Amino acid sequence: MRATMLAYTNHDSGIHRLTGAAKLIFFAVWSVSAMITYDTRCLLVLFLFSLFAFKISKVQFQDYAFVLYLILIFFVLNHIAIFLFSPLEGVRIYGTRHDVVHIAGRYTLTWEQLFYQFNIALKYAVVIPMALLFLMTTDPSEFSASLNRVGFNYKIAYSVSLALRYIPDIQRDYENISFSAQARGIDISRKEKLPRRLKNIILILMPLILTSIERIDKISTAMELRGFGQKEKRTWYRARPFARNDYIAIGIIAGIAVLTAWITFYDGSRYYNIFK
Amino acid sequence: MAGRKALSIKTIVAIGIGSALFVILGRFGSIPSGIPNTNIETTYALLALFALLYGPAAGLLIGLIGHTLKDAILYGSPWFSWVIASAIAGLIIGLLTRTIAIHDGEFGKKEIIRFNLAQIAANAVAWFIAAPLLDIAIYAEPANKVFTQGLIAGAANMVAAGVIGTLLAIAYAKTRTKQGSLTKEA
Repeated sequence: MRATMLAYTNHDSGIHRLTGAAKLIFFAVWSVSAMITYDTRCLLVLFLFSLFAFKISKVQFQDYAFVLYLILIFFVLNHIAIFLFSPLEGVRIYGTRHDVVHIAGRYTLTWEQLFYQFNIALKYAVVIPMALLFLMTTDPSEFSASLNRVGFNYKIAYSVSLALRYIPDIQRDYENISFSAQARGIDISRKEKLPRRLKNIILILMPLILTSIERIDKISTAMELRGFGQKEKRTWYRARPFARNDYIAIGIIAGIAVLTAWITFYDGSRYYNIFK
Repeated sequence: MAGRKALSIKTIVAIGIGSALFVILGRFGSIPSGIPNTNIETTYALLALFALLYGPAAGLLIGLIGHTLKDAILYGSPWFSWVIASAIAGLIIGLLTRTIAIHDGEFGKKEIIRFNLAQIAANAVAWFIAAPLLDIAIYAEPANKVFTQGLIAGAANMVAAGVIGTLLAIAYAKTRTKQGSLTKEA
């Protein structure tokens, strides 16, 4: 089957060598900074920085091309929806109005709206490359170790680790069940009427969920027998100590966070206004 | 320690497997509803069922972890406002269905009504209120757009949890042995 999910890529680059915990902290602070700011200048700088990070990570385009297409479709739909529902949102935010062209009814294209939607587009463009990069350069087992390291309870970290471990298994189960159901004429596509479709999806979900519940019983019994959860702490096979580059990465992100927050809020508004 | 009791081993495993199921059903398990651009997401039937089976902590964390992983793996970046809304939905369903003893095979008419009232209340809070407000707060999107989206998503999730979730719960209850089901032979 063709890859339709993002997965870890095993290359040797500076970004791959950073510890999972450092990357997690970097990504979390990065996302929050990008979420808060609507300052175009900050967003542009962050965007360039994320492109640079992508460049040095050696990740191949075909590893994430399919996700990129999905994101682009979603992205375009979202922008159309924003314009359809609120064509003058930009005017409301920036407080001025410069018309470009009148389309029909209440739909007038304004420079403010274009600028507002450009900023939203930039926000995506800032967060998405870093998210992709984080997912593709962090080993799943190291990821759970790093969740524990940044302060999450190890039991929750272990849940995440279990989820990542069982996604491929459950996908295989789902495919087996749904193919054998289809072989018996059970269809869940548009060709069936809605009530029939609902009935058919239940025929597929039922065995999947009942076997999963059985699996939960089995795994939890096995973990119980091995004494999971008896101690306050646990060690992780894939945990690594911080190296020099990890401290540098955390230093960089701290600097970025402080600078964007300061530039965004020093004039008292989340938005950078070019119309004043 | 109270924290240890709240997260039993079974709950931890249920969160892990439940989140994995959430990702897979999010990828393959949405069925077109007939209304353009609106799918019935079977993930929300799963979330309701697991919240009913394993309690509010499981509901909250499956919503949180499952939705974050699903968004991250399929779209490359989590949409945090809706992730939080999923977690809220799971938590509320878990809280409101705590007294249903489904593990003892009890899932008759009374329990079905209670389960459905719980899921309708939970989905209403999560999608009609929490998701749009968080969309506005985090992403500064236009209010009427996000409230319309919330209404559609919430209604679709209620249908998913109500129809598919209920039927799955009934099927699960049938696999359990009822308490006091043994009779003494004379």
